[in-house]
Amino acid sequence: MSAESNQHLDSETIAFMDACLQKEHPKSYLIAVLHKIQQRYGYLSQAHMDQVAQHMQIPTSIISGVSTFYHFFRLQPRGKFSISICLGTACFVKGADKVLDAFRTELGIELGETTPDGLFSLESSRCLGVCALAPVVTINDKIYSKVTAKQVPELLNSVKAAAID
Amino acid sequence: MGQALAFYKTLYRQFDQERTARGDKQKIIVQVGSATCENAAGADQVRQEFDKLIRASGRQDILLKQTGCTGRCAREPIVGVFFPGQIPIKYEQVTPNKVQEIFQHHVIGGKPIPNLILDKKTDTLYSYVVTMCSSHRCSHENAQDSEEMLKRLLCSHNIAEDLVRIFHSGCLGLCPKEKVGKQHVMMVFPERTLYRFETEEDLDEIVKSHFVDHQVNVKHRYHTDFITEQFFSMYGDVAFFNKQTRLTLRNSGLIDPESLPEYVLNKGYEALAQVLETNDPDAVRQTILKSGLRGRGGGGFPTGQKWINAVTYTDDPIRYVVCNADEGDPGAFMDRSALEGDPFIVLEGMTIGAVAVGARQGYIYIRAEYPLAIERLEKAIATAHKHRLLGKNILDSGLNFDIEIRLGAGAFVCGEETALIYSIEGKRGQPRIRPPYPTQSGLWGHPTVINNVETWANVPTIMLYGADWFSRIGTKNSRGTKVFALAGKVLNTGLVEVPMGTRLRDIIFDIGGGLREGHTLKAVQTGGPSGGCIPADRLDTMVEYETLSEIGSIMGSGGMIVLDDEDCMVATSKFFLEFTQSESCGKCVPCREGTLRMLEILERITQGKGEMADLDKLRRLGKLIQKTSLCGLGQTAPNPVLSALENFTEEFIIHIRDKRCPAHKCTQLIRYEIDIDKCTGCTLCARRCPVSCIAGAARQPHVIDQSRCIKCSECYNVCKFDAVRRT
Repeated sequence: MSAESNQHLDSETIAFMDACLQKEHPKSYLIAVLHKIQQRYGYLSQAHMDQVAQHMQIPTSIISGVSTFYHFFRLQPRGKFSISICLGTACFVKGADKVLDAFRTELGIELGETTPDGLFSLESSRCLGVCALAPVVTINDKIYSKVTAKQVPELLNSVKAAAID
Repeated sequence: MGQALAFYKTLYRQFDQERTARGDKQKIIVQVGSATCENAAGADQVRQEFDKLIRASGRQDILLKQTGCTGRCAREPIVGVFFPGQIPIKYEQVTPNKVQEIFQHHVIGGKPIPNLILDKKTDTLYSYVVTMCSSHRCSHENAQDSEEMLKRLLCSHNIAEDLVRIFHSGCLGLCPKEKVGKQHVMMVFPERTLYRFETEEDLDEIVKSHFVDHQVNVKHRYHTDFITEQFFSMYGDVAFFNKQTRLTLRNSGLIDPESLPEYVLNKGYEALAQVLETNDPDAVRQTILKSGLRGRGGGGFPTGQKWINAVTYTDDPIRYVVCNADEGDPGAFMDRSALEGDPFIVLEGMTIGAVAVGARQGYIYIRAEYPLAIERLEKAIATAHKHRLLGKNILDSGLNFDIEIRLGAGAFVCGEETALIYSIEGKRGQPRIRPPYPTQSGLWGHPTVINNVETWANVPTIMLYGADWFSRIGTKNSRGTKVFALAGKVLNTGLVEVPMGTRLRDIIFDIGGGLREGHTLKAVQTGGPSGGCIPADRLDTMVEYETLSEIGSIMGSGGMIVLDDEDCMVATSKFFLEFTQSESCGKCVPCREGTLRMLEILERITQGKGEMADLDKLRRLGKLIQKTSLCGLGQTAPNPVLSALENFTEEFIIHIRDKRCPAHKCTQLIRYEIDIDKCTGCTLCARRCPVSCIAGAARQPHVIDQSRCIKCSECYNVCKFDAVRRT
C-alpha cells in the first residue's frame, strides 16, 4: 500500500478533480477530493496531498490544515484490518471501555497504532448511531454488535482465520 | 405556473396504475427492515433467505420488500408479514434459521407463529385490537375512563374480555379545535375502522354494531386521511409504537426508502405540488411561522422566522438552503434513521424551503460515518431528478432547484452553523462570531437557511395539513412532535417520536418498557454533550424546549440516554467532557483551555485525588466557559458537569471524601476483598486472576494483594460463593 501511495494519483481521482474544477466554487470540493483519495488508498499521503495542491491550485498549507482538522482523515497507513471501537455515549454506558482494553491487551497496541505484522490497527470512532446495539465494534466496515470483552480473542481469531482463507 | 398540481396528479396516477397492474394490494407482503442497525443485526441475510424461499416456491403473490428502520432497534431484525385485510404481524429478532419456519407456517400456511411475534406475543390470539387515543393534552384520567367504559360495555354485551385487547395511543391529531378533550378517538383492528365518540351511548352503539353484529357503525365512523394512518394501521397494535405520534417518521418502516412510487402514494410530493401551484412564497413562510415549528437540531429557533429573516434583511438574489445532517452527538441516531428510512421527505421539505426563500441550490451536509444514509440520499436525488422533482423546471412549474450532498469528515463542531458553512466551502470547520447570522451572510457570503433533518421533514406535513392542525399537537410554546433516540439502560432501545409535552416517565416506561429487572433509574441524559442529566425525581417533566432548559438540561437534537444505579454520574460527566474537549476546535481560549482544566479536575476526582475545593472550581470554571466561549459547543460544554454537580452533589462528595464510587464504575476507587467466612478455597479466582495477585492454598481462604490488583473484576465475576466483596 505504501509503495502505491507514493505513486501518482490514479486517473479516476484526477478525473474527479477535473470534474470538480468545472463546477461553481471548485475549491469547496477539497474535502470531497480528500475523501476520494482516502477511500482509494486508505490514507492521505503527503505526496498525494501535494499533487492535489498542484492540480487544484490550493496552497499546501490549506490542505494540511484541512486534513489535520478533520478526524476522519488518516495521515498514516493502517493495518489490513482496521478495528474501530465506538466510544459514543451508549457504547460507553454499556462498557465499551472494557472492550477497548481487551483489544489493547490482545493486540499489544494502543489506539492509533498498527500491529508490527501490519495486520491490525486500532482506532476509536465517534458514535456510529447504532446505539441500540451497543457496544459496537467495526472491523473494515462490518459492524459487530453487543461485543463483550470476553469475545475479543475469539473475534480476532475469526477475522484472522477468514483472512487466511 | 399552474402546472404543478396536474403534473403531480399524472405522476400519482401513473404510480397507482403500475401498482394495480402488479396487483400489489392483493399480495402477501414480506417486509424486512434495512438500515445500518438492521443490517448490523443481520437483516441482510434474512432478506436473502426470504428471497431464496420465495423464488423456490414459485409464488407470484408474495412480495418481498425492504423498508427503513422502524425504530425498534433492540429487537431487530424485524420482519413484517402482511396478509391483505388481516392484523399485520411483525416478527422480532429474526435469524436465517427462523426464516424457514416463518415462511412455511405463516406465509405459506397462513398461521402466525405467536412466540416469534414482536413484544406482546399474545396479540394475535385476540380477535380485535382496539387502540384508544389517550394523548396527554386530553388528560390521562379521561383515557382510563374510556377504557373502563369500553370494558363495561363489552361485558354487558357478553363479549369475552380475552377477545379484545385494548391499547392506548399518543395523539393522532384528529380532533377539531373545539372538540379537543371532549371526544375520544379509537381504531379497531383488523378492520382498521376509526371511530369518534363523546358519550357512553355513542360507544354503546359502536360496540353493538361492531363487536356484536360485526357491522361497521356508520354513524360514528370517522372518515379522514390522517397523516399517520398508514403507519398507525401497520404498527398501532404494538405497545412500543402506539404511544408515539409519527409525523416525520411516518414512512419509516412502512415504505421502501428507495422507492419514489411508494413515497408518492403515501402523500409524498403533494405538498410541494400545492406550494408550486399557488406559488406564494410569503404564504409558505407565514404558514411555517404560524405552525410554531422550531428548530429540531436543539436550538429551538422558530423556523418560519428564520426563513423570513433570510429574505428580509438583504436583497441578494443568490440564496441557499442547507440540511444539517451532521449528527455528531454521541448517543443520537435520529437523523441517520430518518434519512435511511425516508430520504424523499427531506428532499421535499428542502424544495418547499427553496420556494419559500427563493433558493436555487441546496446542500445536505452529512457525516461521512453514515454510508447507507448517503447512498440512499444519492439514489433519492437521482430518482427525483429523473421524475422532474428536482433540477430544472420542477413539476413543470418553472422552478429550478438542485440539491448536492457534501460530506463531513468527523468534526463535531461542524454541526455549529457557521462551522458547517466553512466546511461546505472546503475549509477547516471553525466557527465564527455571529452576527452576521447565516440568514444574512452564509455560504460564500449569501443568505443561507440551515435547518436540521427533522425540521425539514416536518415541512411537507405542515404545508399539507396546515399550520392550525400542526399547532394542535404539542404544547403552547413547543408545537408538534420530537424524535428521540432512546438508548442506554432501557429495555426497548430505539427511535421514538412523541408529541411535545409528553412526560419523560411515559417515554421511558410506557414506550421504553422501563429498565432491567432489579435496577432503578438514576437519571436521564438529554441533549448529549451539550445537555444535562435529569434526576429520577424529575421524571414527570414534560418534553418541551423551555421546561428542559429550566431544569438544567436541553431538548437537544434528541439523544436520550437512560442511566441506572450502575452508572456513575462523575464518570458520565467526565465522559461527555472528554468528548467536547477533544472536539473543541481550539479557536477560543475558554473552550480550548477551560474544558481541559475541568477535565483534569474530574480525572483527579475519579482517581481518588480530588479535594473538596475542586467542586467550587468546577462550578466557577464551568460558568466562565458558558459565558465566554465563542460558539455553541463551548457555551454548552460545561452543561453535563454542572447539571450532574447540581443534581448529584452527594455522589461527587463521596468520590472526594470517602474515595469511593458508589456505582463501582471508577476503577481506581474500587476495592476487591475476599470474605474469609464465605471463601471455600476453590482456587478459581486465583487461577483466573490475570496478574496472579490472589494467594491461598486449596480449601483455605484466599487473599488479594491490593498493591498488585488491577481491579479487572474477574475474581468478583467468577466466584460462585459470593465471597468476593466489592466496595
